Amino acid sequence: MTVTAPSPAPLGKVAPEPRIVTDVPSRVDRVFNRVTLAAGLTVLLLLTLVGVYLLLRSREALSQTGLWTFLTREEWRTDVNPPRIGVLGLLTGTVVVALIAVVIAVPMGTMAALFITEYSSARSRRYLTTVVDLMAAIPSLLFGIWGFLFLSDQVEPLSKWISKNLGFIPIFAVDKGARLTGSMFIAGIVVSLMTLPIIASVVREVFAQTPPGEKEAALALGSTRWGMIRAVVLPYGKGGIVGGAMLGMGRALGETIAVALLLPQVPEATFRILENGGATVSGFIALRAGADSFTVSGLMAAGLVLFVLTLGTNMVASVVVSRSRSGQGVEL
Amino acid sequence: MTAVRTPPRTAPETPARPASRTPVRPRELTANDVVTMIGCAVSAVSLSWLIFSVLTGGIGWLGFGLSAFAIFLALVFVVTAEMVGVTAATDRIATTVILASAVLLMVPLVWLVGYVIVKGVPGLTAHFFTQDQKGVTPILPSSAGGGAHAIVGTVMQVGLALVWALPLGVLAAVFLNESRSRWRRPVRIFVDAMSGLPSVIAGLFIFAVLILPYAKKIQFNGWQVFSYNGFMASLALAMMMLPTITRTVEVVLRLVPDGLREASLALGSSRARTVWSVVLPTARTGITTAVVLGIARAVGETAPLIFTAFGYDLMNTNPFDGPQESLPLFVYRNIRKPDLSAIERGFTGALVLMMLVIGLFALARYVGRDRQRRRGNRRRPRLPTLGDQPSIGKQTP
Amino acid sequence: MTETIDLTQEAASPNGRGATPGAPTTIELVGGPPPGAATLEARDACAWFGDRLVLEGVNLVMPAGRVTALIGPSGCGKSTFIRMLNRMHELVPSAALSGEILLDGADIYERGRRAQDVRMRVGMVFQKPNPFPAMSIRDNVLAGLKLARVKCKQKDELVEQSLVRASLWREVRDRLDSPGGALSGGQQQRLCIARSLAVHPNVLLMDEPCSALDPTSTGRVEETIAELREHVTVVIVTHNMQQAHRVSDSCAFFLAAENEPGRVVEQGPTETLFSHPDDPRTLAYVEGRFG
Repeated sequence: MTVTAPSPAPLGKVAPEPRIVTDVPSRVDRVFNRVTLAAGLTVLLLLTLVGVYLLLRSREALSQTGLWTFLTREEWRTDVNPPRIGVLGLLTGTVVVALIAVVIAVPMGTMAALFITEYSSARSRRYLTTVVDLMAAIPSLLFGIWGFLFLSDQVEPLSKWISKNLGFIPIFAVDKGARLTGSMFIAGIVVSLMTLPIIASVVREVFAQTPPGEKEAALALGSTRWGMIRAVVLPYGKGGIVGGAMLGMGRALGETIAVALLLPQVPEATFRILENGGATVSGFIALRAGADSFTVSGLMAAGLVLFVLTLGTNMVASVVVSRSRSGQGVEL
Repeated sequence: MTAVRTPPRTAPETPARPASRTPVRPRELTANDVVTMIGCAVSAVSLSWLIFSVLTGGIGWLGFGLSAFAIFLALVFVVTAEMVGVTAATDRIATTVILASAVLLMVPLVWLVGYVIVKGVPGLTAHFFTQDQKGVTPILPSSAGGGAHAIVGTVMQVGLALVWALPLGVLAAVFLNESRSRWRRPVRIFVDAMSGLPSVIAGLFIFAVLILPYAKKIQFNGWQVFSYNGFMASLALAMMMLPTITRTVEVVLRLVPDGLREASLALGSSRARTVWSVVLPTARTGITTAVVLGIARAVGETAPLIFTAFGYDLMNTNPFDGPQESLPLFVYRNIRKPDLSAIERGFTGALVLMMLVIGLFALARYVGRDRQRRRGNRRRPRLPTLGDQPSIGKQTP
Repeated sequence: MTETIDLTQEAASPNGRGATPGAPTTIELVGGPPPGAATLEARDACAWFGDRLVLEGVNLVMPAGRVTALIGPSGCGKSTFIRMLNRMHELVPSAALSGEILLDGADIYERGRRAQDVRMRVGMVFQKPNPFPAMSIRDNVLAGLKLARVKCKQKDELVEQSLVRASLWREVRDRLDSPGGALSGGQQQRLCIARSLAVHPNVLLMDEPCSALDPTSTGRVEETIAELREHVTVVIVTHNMQQAHRVSDSCAFFLAAENEPGRVVEQGPTETLFSHPDDPRTLAYVEGRFG
C-alpha cells in the first residue's frame, strides 16, 4: 500500500516559513575564523597605514609649496631658499616613458600571444612560454645595466637618423649637438622589455579562451588563418588586450631602477623623446637616498601622486577586463 | 510490376596493399613560395642598403634591420598578391610578422643573458664568494675582494622578509578563499591595490616611518635597530612580497576542486581541519611554486633597499645593526662608479644575481612539473586488473 | 563510545592479514557515532534557495537497515532533500529550510546541535568521485577518522574492513600506499564509499553515485549497496529507475510541476510502487513515459 501526497496545496493552507538554522562552531573553527580574519584585516590595515602616512608626511612639503603649485611646477630645486619643488617635470617623464614602453610592448606582446595560441606547435609553445616567464623573472636592474651600458649605443644611430630625417615632427626634434643617449626613447625601449611579459601573459590567457566553435566556423567558411584571427580572436580579446595594456602601463609607471640608470633624472617637462633628458618619479626618488626631512616630505608627496596614478590605471584595467566578454575568467 | 533488381557488382581488383603506410602532413609552404621569399629577402636587403648607405645617412644596424624587414614584407605582399591574390598575401605577411615577433621576443633575453655572462665571468673567482670589499681601492683590478657580503646580505634580508610575509600571505589567501566573512571584498581590493605600490615607495615608507625619526635614538642590546640595516630592508621587501604571495596562493587555492571540501565536510570535519588536512596538502606544490617565484622576484628588487639597507662594503652578519650590502645593491653601486674595475666587479655581481634568479626559476618549474606528472597518472587509460570480473567467488591468489 | 564489530567471512584473507576465518574481531572507535543503523524521518520538510521554494511538505520515513531510493525526473528537489539530511544544504549561502529531520527521533536542526556531529553520523557519497589526491588509498580510508577526530587503535583492520565492505579490498590490497587519485572512476567511487564507511556512520546518503560511472562499475557499486544494509541505513538518489528497482526496499517518487516546488507524489515498498502504484503520474514515470 503506497502513500500518495495530496495534489498541489489545497486552498487555505498557510505558506511555509523558513526556520532559523544555527550551528555551533567547534572551538577549532572559532580560532580559525579569528586568525584568518586577523590576517585579512592586518593586510587591510597595513595599506591604510601606508596611505595615511604618505599623506601626513607629505604635508610638510605641500603646505610650504601649495598643492596646485606642486602639481604644476616643473622644476625641483632644493638648493635655493625657499626650495621650489614640483612634480610636473617628473610626471611628464614618467608618463612619456611608460607610453613609449606600452606602444612598443602591446603590439609585440599581442603578436607573441597570437603566436603562442594560434601558430605554434606544442614544443615551441613551451619554449616561448618559458622565455616570457623568464623575462618576467629577470630583475629590472639587469635590464637597466644592459640598456645603460650596451643598448644605448646601439640605438643611438637609429635616434640620429630619425632626428635628422623625421625631425620636423615635434617629438623627434633635437637640439643641434645634443646627446642622444640617456633619452626617454631608449628608456622606453628598455622598459618595454619589462612590460612585455605581463602583457603577453594576460593577452595569452585571454586568447586561449576564445570559443573554439567560433574559430572553426570562420575557418570552415574558407577564411585564412589571419582572416579568422581578425574576425574572431581579436574582437573577442579586445577587452583583454586593453586591460593587459593598462596593466603593463601601471607596471611601467612604477619602474624604478632601470630608468634611474638610463635617464639623467633632471626634472623637465619635455616631449622630445630622442634627446638626452627627462626624469621619472620613481627614478628621481631612488637617486635621493639619505635626504633631509623636507626633501623626504617632497619625495613622499611625489610618491603619493605616482601611487594614485598607478592605482587608478590598475583599477581601470580591472574594470575593463572584467566587463569585457573575454575577461571573465582572467585573473589580473 | 516486378521490382527491378540491380545485379550485384563485384568489387574491382584491389592492388596489393603497400608494405608500409607513411603519414603525410599537409604543408603550407611550397618550394615555390620559399624561393620567392628568399628572392624578396635579397631584394629588401639591397634596397635598404641603397637607401641608407647611399642616399641618406647611416642608420645603424638596428634601423637597417627594421627597414630591411619592412621592405621585405612589402615585397612579399606584392609578389604573393600577384600570384595568389590579396587575401592569401595578407595571410602570408601576417604569419611572417607574427613569427618574426615571436623570434624577436627571444632575442633581447638571450642577448642580455649572454652579455652579462661575457662581462661577468672574468671577475668570477672562487674568492668572490668568500671575501668582501675590505680594502679595495679603485686602482685594484676587478677581481680584488669579493661579493660574499652581498650574498650574505641578500640571503638574510630575503629570508627575514619571508618570515614576515609568508605566514601572513598564506593566511590572508586562506581568509580570502576559504572563509565566508563579509570583509573579504575590502581585503581583496586592498591586496590588489597594494600590488601596485611602486617598490621605491615601500623603501621610502620604511625609511620615513622607522629610520628617520628614530635614528641613533633607540638601541637594543647596543644594536642600532632603527637605522639603516638589513632588518629594515626585510620589512620593505616583505611589503612587496605580501600582495604577490597572497594573490598567487589564492589562485592556487581556488584551483582545489570544491568537491574535496564537500567530501571533507560530509565526513564530519570542521572548516579548519578541512583547510589544514585537505585543501592545503592538495595545493602544496602550487603554493611551493608560488613561494619560490616570490623569492626569485624579491631577490632582484633593488629600489626598496636603497633607502633601507643603504649598502656597505664590508661583511655584516647582523641584520639588526648597521648597513648591509645585498646583491642588487652591490651591482647598482658598483656599476655607477666611474672606475672600470668597479664596473667589471658590478658585472660579476650581476652574473651571480642572474644565476641565482634563473636557478630559483628553474626550481619553481621543477616543483610545478612534478605535479603535472602525477596528474597525468590519473588520466592514463586504466590497465586491466584482476578485480574487474563481476564474480564474487573467492579466489585463492 | 566504543563499538564491537564482527568481521565476517568475506574479510578473511588467506595471506594472514586480518582475522582467521570465523573468528570475530572487534574494532573500537573512540569518539565516533553510536553503533548500528539509524532511522531517518522527515516531517514537513521544505527548502528554499533565496526566495524560491524548491521543496514542499516532504514527509518520509527511511527505516533503519533498509535501502530507500528517491526517484523522479531531474530538477525535482531530490538532491536538495538528501542534502538536508546531513546538514549540507545550509552550506549554500542563500539556502533556507523548514520542518524537522529526525535522526533516531532527535531533530538534527535543533538549537545547540553541531552540524559536524550530525555529519559524522550521516555520511555521504557524491555524484562525482572525490578521493583526496594528496593522500594514499590507506590514508583516504582513514581520512574520516582524522577529520572527524575519531580515534581507533586498529587502523589496519579498519582499513581492511571498510575496503571489504566497499568491495574494493581485493583490487587494492597490495597498493594501499599508492595515491588515491590513481584509480579508475569506479574504483574511486568505491574508495569514497569505503572512506564514508570507516567512521561507522548510522546512515549513508548517496547522491546519484553511479551516474558518472560505466556500466561495469555501476554493477559493482550496486552489489555493494545491497550488502551494506546490514551495517547502515542507505538513502540513495537515482534517476535510473531500474537501479532503484534493483537495490531499494522502499521508494519515494518526487515530482515538480511547472513553476511549482518539488513534492513527494507517492512513497512505499518498491515492489508495490513499480507494479501497481496508486497515482497515475507514478505509473507514467515507472513505465518510462517521461523522464
